[in-house]
Amino acid sequence: MDRPIRVLVAKPGLDGHDRGAKVIARALRDAGMEVIYTGLRQTPEQIVNAAIQEDVDCIAMSILSGAHNTLLPNVVELLKAENVDDILVIGGGVIPDDDIPFLKEKGIEAVFTPGTPTSVTIDYIKNNIKRK
Amino acid sequence: MDLAERLLKGEKRAVARLITMAENHDSEAIEILKKLYKKTGNAHVIGITGPPGAGKSTLTDKLVKALRKEGKRVGIIAVDPTSPFTGGSILGDRVRMNELSMDSGVFIRSMGTRGHLGGLSKATAAAVKILDIYGAEYIFIETVGVGQSEVDIAKNADTTLMVMVPGLGDDIQAIKAGIMEIGDVFAVNKADRDGAKRTATEIEMMLDFNKSDWRPPVQKVIAVENKGIDELLAHIKEHMNHLRETGKLEKKRTENSKLEIVDLIQQKLMNMILDQSSKEEMVNQLAKDVALRKSDPYSAAEIVLEKIKKA
Repeated sequence: MDRPIRVLVAKPGLDGHDRGAKVIARALRDAGMEVIYTGLRQTPEQIVNAAIQEDVDCIAMSILSGAHNTLLPNVVELLKAENVDDILVIGGGVIPDDDIPFLKEKGIEAVFTPGTPTSVTIDYIKNNIKRK
Repeated sequence: MDLAERLLKGEKRAVARLITMAENHDSEAIEILKKLYKKTGNAHVIGITGPPGAGKSTLTDKLVKALRKEGKRVGIIAVDPTSPFTGGSILGDRVRMNELSMDSGVFIRSMGTRGHLGGLSKATAAAVKILDIYGAEYIFIETVGVGQSEVDIAKNADTTLMVMVPGLGDDIQAIKAGIMEIGDVFAVNKADRDGAKRTATEIEMMLDFNKSDWRPPVQKVIAVENKGIDELLAHIKEHMNHLRETGKLEKKRTENSKLEIVDLIQQKLMNMILDQSSKEEMVNQLAKDVALRKSDPYSAAEIVLEKIKKA
């Protein structure tokens, strides 16, 4: 690929900490990606609007507050409503294993829980983006 | 419906995709810009520059909100540096513009410099045109946090807003050549801090040497508190009126168009030299000869140019 992969790193919901998101952002940066970081306390609407304007290949959301079963599927639904079908949506953060099958069913294509090496996330994005 | 039509209809996804294509040197984007170039030139393009941490993003956020109250459609291009080692970048200026991402009259795009020096990305000029065609009445270009010589913004904007903050260096900084010369309007941000008055005075003293019939106004603002924003916006608009009334706008845009044409020629020439592998081999061989002092760089450059002339 001769163009940088563009990734939106977002913190949906009411978490007050974003160190994990920033670590991921930096790791993706060091892997040669263009990372658009949108900061704390984003609504699904804000995330989808930003993703469309920034024309990203991937939305990576980090969430710690327990609201993942609502907010992450909400982002996928809003993308569908805008007829966007070429953005890879992934999640990470404090998410119980039991919730992962539900999230995948809702269109979150991968979920990375604490302890995942950043290289795993990087490879997953590289291998699964939907546009050439 | 093709991309050009979707852009003319004001569809944001078409805007976004075209900017991506321009960034990736996709020839289709160039063809669309050729076709629609006549539709550009309507927006007031405002460059926002200044040192890192001066508050450029926060100021942009407030100025855009003021324009939104007037019902204007606005585009924002925020440029951040690309890593020279990995080609990656963190584009973080949206953090200060979060409320604007919910506003249907605002389009914000972040760009990495992708190796381009001068404070902008090579595709910034194309992105400005795309937003202009889309119908943005005001387009803000926020440069990377600049040092002393990243002056490209002056070639891309109608009005250059220089954002300064108190406490950066002594008064010799204000009389050096470079960045301080390109401001059409000055904002002294964080004006509640110590030294704001002195900073403003130093800028004024520098401007006393200004020979143009436009004296750049110096406005103190506190962006986070939304103070001084309306006054600053009035100065920016005044500058555009001045350009229009004096015929300088046409002159400035002609000069800028000339620079853009020369830039494009340079790029094309560089591609001609470097992209074709056979010629690259030649350049590599010449470079070796020069390094070993078998030849000299002046003769090597002449040899390459002769080859291109014949091609």
